[in-house]
Amino acid sequence: MSDIKNIRDQFVSKLKNELSLDEINLIKTELFGKNGQISSLFKTVGSIPESDRKSFAADLNKIKDELQSLISEKIKEIETKEISQKLEKERVDITLPGRSFVRGKIHPVSQTIDEISSIFSEIGFSVEEGPDVENEYNNFTALNTPDNHPARDMHDTFYLDENKEVLLRTHTSPVQIRTMLKDKPPFKIIAPGRTYRSDSDQTHAPMFHQVEGLHIDKNINMGHLKGCLNYFIKEFFEVEKIKMRFRPSHFPFTEPSAEVDIGYEIKDGKIVIGEGDQWLEILGCGMVHPNVLKNVKVDPAKYQGYAFGIGIDRLAMLKYGINDLRAFFDCDYRWLNHFGFDPLDVPTNYRGLSR
Amino acid sequence: MKITFDWLKDHLSVSAKEEKLIEKLTDIGLEVESVENLSEGLGLFKVAKILKTEKHPNADRLKVCDVDVGEKEIKKVVCGAPNAREGLITVYAPPGAVIPKNKTKLVIAKIRDVTSYGMLCSESELNLSEESDGITELSSSKYNKSIGKSFFTQSSSNLIDLSITPNRPDCLGVRGIARDLAASGFGKLKQIKEQKIKSKKSQTVKVKITNEKNQGCFSFGSCLVTNVKNTESPKWLRDKLISIGQKPISAIVDITNYVMIDINRPLHAYDADKIAKGIIVRNSKFGEEFTALDNKNYKLKDDMCVISDDKGVLGLGGIIGGTRSGTEMDTQNVLIESAYFDPRSIRKTSKELNIDTDAKFRFERGIDQLSIEEGLNKAAFLIKEICGGEISKIDIQKISTFKNQIIKFDPNSFEKVTGFKVLTKDMLKILDNLGFTCKKDKKIFKLTIPSWRPDITQEIDVVEELVRIAGYDKIKMEEPIKERKKSTLTQTQKLFHFLQRSVASKGYLEAITWSFTDAKYNDHFKGQNNELKIVNPISSELGVLRNSIFSNLIMYMSKNIDRGFKDLSIFEIGPTFFGKQPGEQNIIVCGLAAGKKSRLSWLEKERNVDVFDIKKDVVQTLVEVGYDSEKFFIDDETPNYYHPGKSGRLFLNRGKENVAAYFGEIHPNIIKQIDMKTESLVGFEIFLDNLKLPKKSLKDQKTKYSVSDYQKSERDFAFIVDKKIKVQDLVNVISNVDKNLISNIKVFDVYEGDNIPENQKSIAISVTIQSQEKTLKEADLDQINKSIIETVENKTGAKIRS
Repeated sequence: MSDIKNIRDQFVSKLKNELSLDEINLIKTELFGKNGQISSLFKTVGSIPESDRKSFAADLNKIKDELQSLISEKIKEIETKEISQKLEKERVDITLPGRSFVRGKIHPVSQTIDEISSIFSEIGFSVEEGPDVENEYNNFTALNTPDNHPARDMHDTFYLDENKEVLLRTHTSPVQIRTMLKDKPPFKIIAPGRTYRSDSDQTHAPMFHQVEGLHIDKNINMGHLKGCLNYFIKEFFEVEKIKMRFRPSHFPFTEPSAEVDIGYEIKDGKIVIGEGDQWLEILGCGMVHPNVLKNVKVDPAKYQGYAFGIGIDRLAMLKYGINDLRAFFDCDYRWLNHFGFDPLDVPTNYRGLSR
Repeated sequence: MKITFDWLKDHLSVSAKEEKLIEKLTDIGLEVESVENLSEGLGLFKVAKILKTEKHPNADRLKVCDVDVGEKEIKKVVCGAPNAREGLITVYAPPGAVIPKNKTKLVIAKIRDVTSYGMLCSESELNLSEESDGITELSSSKYNKSIGKSFFTQSSSNLIDLSITPNRPDCLGVRGIARDLAASGFGKLKQIKEQKIKSKKSQTVKVKITNEKNQGCFSFGSCLVTNVKNTESPKWLRDKLISIGQKPISAIVDITNYVMIDINRPLHAYDADKIAKGIIVRNSKFGEEFTALDNKNYKLKDDMCVISDDKGVLGLGGIIGGTRSGTEMDTQNVLIESAYFDPRSIRKTSKELNIDTDAKFRFERGIDQLSIEEGLNKAAFLIKEICGGEISKIDIQKISTFKNQIIKFDPNSFEKVTGFKVLTKDMLKILDNLGFTCKKDKKIFKLTIPSWRPDITQEIDVVEELVRIAGYDKIKMEEPIKERKKSTLTQTQKLFHFLQRSVASKGYLEAITWSFTDAKYNDHFKGQNNELKIVNPISSELGVLRNSIFSNLIMYMSKNIDRGFKDLSIFEIGPTFFGKQPGEQNIIVCGLAAGKKSRLSWLEKERNVDVFDIKKDVVQTLVEVGYDSEKFFIDDETPNYYHPGKSGRLFLNRGKENVAAYFGEIHPNIIKQIDMKTESLVGFEIFLDNLKLPKKSLKDQKTKYSVSDYQKSERDFAFIVDKKIKVQDLVNVISNVDKNLISNIKVFDVYEGDNIPENQKSIAISVTIQSQEKTLKEADLDQINKSIIETVENKTGAKIRS
């Protein structure tokens, strides 16, 4: 017994020293090698008198286990240390720049169109489209704006032929005509798109964007129009309350017609929508003129409803504080990068329109 | 339409403030564009007397004047006017005054070393007349006692500029505006008793309207005032015109303008002595010419309505008069014309000749047909009052008789359209105030439409009048119902939005550029398309519809590079045009990438963006949209604006039905011609209209889920093939060897050069083999290996590299 204890004490104290992997392996051999001290003791088990054998073997096993686990702990310790040393050597300057990435952006007009579609989707409008090149009939005549009518002067039109029969649409209203000719009432659509007028200065661009709205059903009146636009403006500007003013106006294709102003004020150089006593015109609307309904074979005695046209670029400017309309189409990298939206930023109803 | 509150008060009894007026005008649909104080600062202009003039010591043409401006101190003013002389009473503007004509503000200035305190003004500088040859001369008898007093009568009335919609010709006259205001409860319309001509003298200039097809004149009223003395208008009249920003000219002209603005009754005044043997109102003949009052010579076409005499055309009826018969200061006999011209005829003629005048503006919107006599009465009496003379009887020629329109109106239609109620008695009151007469026939109104309202022709027009006057603020708000019966977007629209965001997510900035472009740029990219010219472009640089988005995109890319940005990617999704008919357009997603990848990177070697970068973007985008890249087929037939050797055409399948996309390097010649400074430029076009929607929706695709858990093996092959063999074909041959077992094929090396025969190349391919049913044995794999090699060698003439 004392032999065993001596061996244990001797090696336990040895293993307490700072050791290399080789030295440990040496100890391991000294103990458990073919002629190792523990191995040799095991060989003597048979010669131990029967009465002591059991306790001797038990003691020996206990010490074997103890020493073995001490050795493996020690090895683990050394390995850990070696790995740490290795890792320490591999240390980099983590403040160096990572691999570069580029960020694409969505144009504010596209983003605004998605916002508008999302809002109107909620109250049951679907999206329609029409061509940029229109015939004179769809753009004017069908919309109760006959030739030789001064209302045509309200639009400076780009023509594609000398007879003035084909043109670049001056508004999105011809989509109303196309939609109503194609389908049967009721109609509840919006139509965003490019529009063109031969007008170019600080506040006018020869191309801009409009969204048309049309809701035709039985008994749709001006109250619905007001409610719809009030809802839209509130949602679009993401404000609780909106100051809105309907002003009588005139468009040949609607009657009665209105222009809609929203209240705003300038606070710290920024425009605040929905407050203040300044008015800003943002859209035109009205009840679809019976002549228009007749032109598209909808019976005005049975059906009536409203239409509106909103300048998308204007809305984007107001919401996102963009001052210059011309810059929308100038494609300046800095501008696009600044005012553009991350492609993952898809406007939705549940998440909200904007971050 | 410009008005002042003061002028309105000629027709309106009202005590309210101007602020209320502005609000009310807007509320009833007469939009106020601006309110401007014209007389602001005009109080500074003083009546002054020149006491002494001396020659300027340093300038021959200038004088130094001592001016009495009614203050203790005599002002020294340097003046260049030849008529500046001792004793002259004129108009003095002190430092700080703003000259009405050019809006410059005066300061104390040294003129050739002599300090001038202010300025003596010409009539032109004061916007009084065109007279600019000298300083204003005021009559000393009239102004002698006014030295030091303000020259302009201070008007408290601001200039209000209204934007009158084209349906409201009646509001192109002050009275019409007053009537609308009164109807809406803002003041009371004054009843002005019309003074009627009761002359026994006949109108001696014979007038005839020819009764021919397309005659643009329906009636022509006239009145002759003889023995007049044309003069400067009296102060009240001049002030009136000045107050709305018009320049007084002479009494006769001013009177016609005044009547036009006051009651929207355009008139024309002829010098009767210059009319040769009477007036004939007729259609013009092609080639006829005349010189109009704008001093331009016009060549007429057939069927334009002209006022003529024996010698030819005097003027274009309702549009512009001619110089030959215009009134002048020495005119003795004036013929006043008050006529009705057909709006359509007016519009047609003025469009063709490109003339815009006040009269034209009014006639094309529709003048009150019953105002002919009123206009003549008003003008004739004013001429007599100001210029003297004798008034003749009124002569009226006409080829048709005006009758007021009568329409039926169901008062219930009001609530149906507007959603709110107005009491019948209130409706009647509004209509009465607007000049309608109403007969009730049971529940239906029979309305006689006032002659000044040509815009009212049907029931809905009456509803508009009522709701306009009742007030749009009375319309109740109906909350929208949140209910969707139809999906918001169609499949194609969803595709549009998906493509847009998919491309942007690859680092491209979305641009929106004009749908038109510069023909010079378009030429490079129009391919097989015809140039589509715009008849009236905004400028020659925006003269054609774009056949491709590249033209604009490359121009703007170039601008950005000039700004110093080297590595950028931009794209646009939008229309391109292949014809001038509606619908002859496609939606294209077009992108451009320029410069380098990893420029100035400490990590990676920099390199130019290349065709395989852009290929990746195109393929990835299409895969994200939902197409199977395994099925894509690519060849190198691309339009001539791409590098012929480094560009590709992509089809969604081997059937090659429609081109899904082009991609590649932009042709180096184009980059050179447009002088773009970039290391590399690659681009793509995806044709949205050619993308067939995937047959299975994403929802359906998701339902089938099958994967293999059996072991997979990879086998590498190197084939030596003819250089012309396309990798796509080789891969296709291999995948067809056993579609069940070959699950993936990767090309990991392409090599030409040493150890490879000329005109051949080595392609190294790794093939993944995996069964859905079992673990493959070595023998199975060897079998597949063998067939891959045999098939490739047989079908492509390749040789396996040992």
